[in-house]
Amino acid sequence: MSVLIYVELDNGSIKKTSLEAVAYGAKVAEKTGGQAVVLALGKAENTALEIAGQYGAAKVLHAAAAELEHENSLAYANALVQAATQEGSKIIILSKSGLGDAMAARAAAKLKAGIVSGVTALPETDGGFKVTRSIFTGKAFATTEIRSDIKVLVVRKNAIELDEAGLTGGNAAVEAFQPTLRDSDFTASVVSVEKADSELSLTEAEIIVSGGRGMKGPEHWQPLIDLAKALGAATGCSKPVSDLDWRPHHEHIGQTGIKVAPSLYIACGISGAIQHLAGVNGSKCIVVINKDPEAPFFKAADYGIVGDVFEILPKLTEAAKSLK
Amino acid sequence: MKILVCITNVPDTTARISFTDNDTKLNKNGVQFIIGPYDDYALARGVELKEQYSGSLTVLHIGEADAEPQIRKALAIGADDAIRVNAEPQDSYFAAAQIAHIASQGTYDLILMGRESIDYNSGVVHGLVGEMLGIPSYSPVMKLDIDGNNATITREIDGGKEVLKAPLPLVLGCQEPIAEWKIPNMRGIMTARTKPLNVVEPVSVDDMTAPQTYKLPAPKGACRMIPASEAETLIKLLQTEAKVL
Repeated sequence: MSVLIYVELDNGSIKKTSLEAVAYGAKVAEKTGGQAVVLALGKAENTALEIAGQYGAAKVLHAAAAELEHENSLAYANALVQAATQEGSKIIILSKSGLGDAMAARAAAKLKAGIVSGVTALPETDGGFKVTRSIFTGKAFATTEIRSDIKVLVVRKNAIELDEAGLTGGNAAVEAFQPTLRDSDFTASVVSVEKADSELSLTEAEIIVSGGRGMKGPEHWQPLIDLAKALGAATGCSKPVSDLDWRPHHEHIGQTGIKVAPSLYIACGISGAIQHLAGVNGSKCIVVINKDPEAPFFKAADYGIVGDVFEILPKLTEAAKSLK
Repeated sequence: MKILVCITNVPDTTARISFTDNDTKLNKNGVQFIIGPYDDYALARGVELKEQYSGSLTVLHIGEADAEPQIRKALAIGADDAIRVNAEPQDSYFAAAQIAHIASQGTYDLILMGRESIDYNSGVVHGLVGEMLGIPSYSPVMKLDIDGNNATITREIDGGKEVLKAPLPLVLGCQEPIAEWKIPNMRGIMTARTKPLNVVEPVSVDDMTAPQTYKLPAPKGACRMIPASEAETLIKLLQTEAKVL
């Protein structure tokens, strides 16, 4: 019996959240007595895939068919089902993302498998298979026992503590995998794709610097961007800021935007409405900078500074630069 | 154009969440329930398309009778009729199986719902329904236009967006800015009272999961305040104390 882990690729490299999923899957395999098998779809060099072994994978199945080059959740889910059937996998693991959820859902329906999305910790496997997931946008947790023979788990970032320095495994063998593709998965044509390639993706970022209405206008964003650069951070914003078009919609963090779980979240001029907190409460450490000492965000913060963001941000940027 | 819009009945985004019955049930006491915000976007766009193409729109809810005010609201916003499957769904698979069953009894061109419910945040029901019906599913959809038998869809992808052209029928998970939320007007509210709301019993589905138990997160420790005049010391603290740099 094996655990199958799907890894997302970004320009031919396994995404960090997917490497976490591999480490998670390897631990589940250890608990349930099997091996961890990784599935990668799309163009990638073997050297970029074999590193999954360092995270505990026994082998990597790689389907490099040209049709799978463009992200297609229907065809990808079909390939995932075929890989699971070939490997006799009873547990399938994906990392939480739009693609991960879409593939997991379609594969679960095909395999008649119980599916739990938003998993925050390793399963308990003594007497049943119990998983805990985040619900109410981080306001609570639910523990569910999955009873079906095949189980599909979509895991959140930070579901497992990843110690990069303590990686012990060697490289994994990469095997070519040729799923049978179906025409019915390719009925849609792609009209256009817009991707901000240079920007660090918010869901992958370890550090996020985010701005709210307290930034006073799009023309005042530079100090925030400077701090983000100095820290190697991604930039985000609150809902009012994206509604006002000060920043692009894909930067909107919150209940109805992107949910993030970085190690460090720095909020600048964001008061901390409950809907915004819902999008960031998976963060390990939260810093709040706001001129209003009564801002509700301070209650959810680990560190706070009351003051003018435009005076504070440059000081932080200087201090961050001198770290390196 | 036949449209099916699936709505959830969920605690308001500002609701304080707590549990009762030994942490096995949500404490509904004093909690205001609303149509799921993402479902509300799906409904709004569904109503616009229905009006544009003189189609019909059925709203579907899986849940108990206490959701009826929200179902009536959907009728007031512009749905023609409603179906309530009389069962509290235990998991995504169960909910999807009910939706797929209802959908298979009509010939819907579009099955719309929110990208996720804001209570369980799974975001998998549209994919499950799509596979169960053997038709494509896409999410999260930010823009939707129909041209004959094709839909043009703008969906959010990691760090950007993608525009697809796909033939109907489709299952779509929706999010802003697909349409503006609609507020029912007086005429809508009056006519909603007489629109059909059919209650049907669920089809049987194998239990994929057992009933769940809930817990609240551990309370957050106090926030450490740093004087603005010593702002730069924060970076050191983040490195040595919080160990996140």
